[in-house]
Amino acid sequence: MTNHHDHAHGAHDHEHGHEEHEQLKVLGFWIFVVTDCILFGSLFATYAVLMNSYAGGPTGKELFELPGIIASTFILLTSSFTSGLAVLAMNKGKVKEMISWLAVTAVLGLAFVVLEINEFTHLVHEGATMATSAFWSAFFTLVGTHGLHVSVGLFWMVALMIQLKRRGITPVTRRKVTNLSLYWHFLDVVWIFLFTVVYLMGVM
Amino acid sequence: MWENLKEFASTFFVTGDPLIYGADVSIALTMVAIVFVLTKYKKWGWLWREWLTTVDHKRIGIMYLIASLLMLFRGGVDALLMRLQLAFPNVEFLHSDHYNAIFTTHGTIMILFMAMPMMFGLFNMVVPLQLGARDVAYPFLNAVSFWLFMFGAMLFNLSFVIGGSPDAGWLSYPPLSQNDFSPGPGQNFWIWGIQISGIGSLATGINFIVTILKMRAPGMKLSNMPLFSWSVLSSSIMIIFAFPILTVTIALLFLDRFAGAHFFTMGGGGNPMMYLNLIWMWGHPEVYIVVVPAFGIFSEVVATFSKKTIFGYKSMVWALMSIAVASFFTWAHHFFTMGTSASVIVFFAISTMVIAIPTGVKIFNWLFTMFRGRISFKQPMLWTIAFIPCFVVGGATGVMLAVAPADYQYHNSYFLIAHFHQVLIGGVVFGYLAGIYYWWPKLFGFKLDEKLGKWGFWFWNIGFYVCFMPQYALGFMGMTRRYYTYGWDRGWADLNLISTVGAFLMGIGFIFQVWQIAYSIKHGERDTTGDPWNARTLEWSIPSPAPFYNFAVVPTVKGADDWWLTKEAKANGTYKEEPAQLEPIHMPKNSGIPFIMSIFWFLVGFGFTFGWVWIAVIGFIGVALCMWARSFQYDTDYYVPVEEVRSTEASLGRVY
Repeated sequence: MTNHHDHAHGAHDHEHGHEEHEQLKVLGFWIFVVTDCILFGSLFATYAVLMNSYAGGPTGKELFELPGIIASTFILLTSSFTSGLAVLAMNKGKVKEMISWLAVTAVLGLAFVVLEINEFTHLVHEGATMATSAFWSAFFTLVGTHGLHVSVGLFWMVALMIQLKRRGITPVTRRKVTNLSLYWHFLDVVWIFLFTVVYLMGVM
Repeated sequence: MWENLKEFASTFFVTGDPLIYGADVSIALTMVAIVFVLTKYKKWGWLWREWLTTVDHKRIGIMYLIASLLMLFRGGVDALLMRLQLAFPNVEFLHSDHYNAIFTTHGTIMILFMAMPMMFGLFNMVVPLQLGARDVAYPFLNAVSFWLFMFGAMLFNLSFVIGGSPDAGWLSYPPLSQNDFSPGPGQNFWIWGIQISGIGSLATGINFIVTILKMRAPGMKLSNMPLFSWSVLSSSIMIIFAFPILTVTIALLFLDRFAGAHFFTMGGGGNPMMYLNLIWMWGHPEVYIVVVPAFGIFSEVVATFSKKTIFGYKSMVWALMSIAVASFFTWAHHFFTMGTSASVIVFFAISTMVIAIPTGVKIFNWLFTMFRGRISFKQPMLWTIAFIPCFVVGGATGVMLAVAPADYQYHNSYFLIAHFHQVLIGGVVFGYLAGIYYWWPKLFGFKLDEKLGKWGFWFWNIGFYVCFMPQYALGFMGMTRRYYTYGWDRGWADLNLISTVGAFLMGIGFIFQVWQIAYSIKHGERDTTGDPWNARTLEWSIPSPAPFYNFAVVPTVKGADDWWLTKEAKANGTYKEEPAQLEPIHMPKNSGIPFIMSIFWFLVGFGFTFGWVWIAVIGFIGVALCMWARSFQYDTDYYVPVEEVRSTEASLGRVY
């Protein structure tokens, strides 16, 4: 068995085969999102078990500052909307418009991450760290995992913007953007649960 | 300076035990030998081009197989060391700490680094061929999965000679696995070895679900797909639901150890029982994940060697799928004694017993398939037949354990140990061995020697019963698991000695199998037909060993057991030869990224294991760069021209 890297392309059904394979990758990504749902589900379950285990430390009600959280919620929801606009632009075949909407999405995503880092720093200053109590361990892990996902998404988005700039809209970049926007909407949905379960129920 | 270095080395390397010095020497010698051979025969380039960068599912399958056999050896040596200690309890062959480390690594290795890779090896070797596909859905991801497993396993095994082995049991229950009781890197090795290979397992699950749903040859409906592929689908579905829970669980354990979090601590509001719930929400499906593919293998083997269609195909599929669902509702039976409400216990007792129903259905279907069949007792069939009584007894003792009031007696006793070894060896190991014997010719082009195989078979089987039957009795006599010594006045010594003899008989069986492989490489019967067993499914319609593109022409499937239908049609003259039109074949290109990225993952694990965060950071940066590089690769596939397909096929004796 040898490698065949040097052989020329040029089969008649090349494009067709490619198109099909790109759809296959979208299906795989959907299944990946299912596994990520389970991952977050496990973290939510952990949080639910530990949400009253303050061990004498500060509670969420004492330290959560809702205005900031509501602001980041709106920022993230808006970024989900703009990522949708990017996909609409892609479907119209407008590369430039698409890259701009992705850029807006990325800036909003970055703002979200910065606000979250800000919030975490503030909490640590108030004396709530991972090691303060089981409640705070669960809080930082659940919220932090979401923030990490958003950061990974940003990294990915930058890579895609460069590729779109270089290659335009092809079946491959189209599939990649489809997956990215699926991921981004998913993170939005997770955040809505997070906002409700952690913050709203936390200050109630 | 010298003093510092000496102090560092004495904590970094495991010292003070002659057994470990022996291992150090043998590891060093093996490495030197490998480097020497590769250099002398100028094979480094070949190794890189043909194996380390391969995305061919068959080669990945072979590498999984080699790795899992090595791990079977290591896990087996652990077992023999434990049995030696228990046979002569007052000799102090192993000290208590060493014994703890050995039962921990034995369990972890056998499930995660032996059974799982052997299963993934079989997935890779068989599923695309059985479906009439050219590859899995995501060949690149497949290579990533393999190398993540490999480097995870290597990290875990490193603990033996560097830093110290984990010793808190194969599932690392807190508080034993927390810093207070397990300081040092041992538990971290456990966490990161499993975490890294677990990511690979999850990706494999996704890969095979899509492969099975989307890559089947035209005409192959799900309702006539071979049963092994059905079992892989069932297993993969369990993987994608169970493995994320494992990822979270051990990440939380790591945060407890590394960042002082309080998920499972006794203080700070944490809850150790939550760890048990989480780990078994993964762990119980996990045992079905590894056993269900064995059921698929038995279905193929029984049909082939009885020369009959499988009895009750639909009920077989139904049984596989209902096991996949029910497996998620049994986890709490691992801690009936934890003290919970009666209704919770009843729920989990009943849901556990329920699994026996589909399993029983399958056993009866296999028996009915054999009934009035013309059975030929080749090695795959031997192991299948040996499996049936073994698994029936193991299943029955499982139902005994599921009876909650009785479990208060059996809990953590040797009765339990005997039960799960009976289902895991009788079900998983026997099953995978049957599968390896069955599909070996397809992968390698020759059969494994029957005579040596039979010696191995009988040593394994007799050894198995000699080893584990006494353990049921020991359980009733009050011996619990994880003892490393006991008093002679307990009356356990004789049965323990017998059990140890049985373990060594199984070890001899394994030696026969290694001999069998070595012997058969030279003298094994070559398979020139591509169909050495007169089998029924598509993988046997192509030459052995399968060419790298699998099928020169993708077959059109007309029904269940399609290859058998073709052979029948040919025999009674109704077969219509359709003119085959060769076309260029679309194949993925090899890539070094999976291997390199896994090295960086290894660095992440190694850095966190010793708390050297800067190494972990380098690892993470490397992983990110690898993903970035892959994202920018667009030239990832190529076409095999028709002439080359034609000449390859001609060299295999096929004319197009």
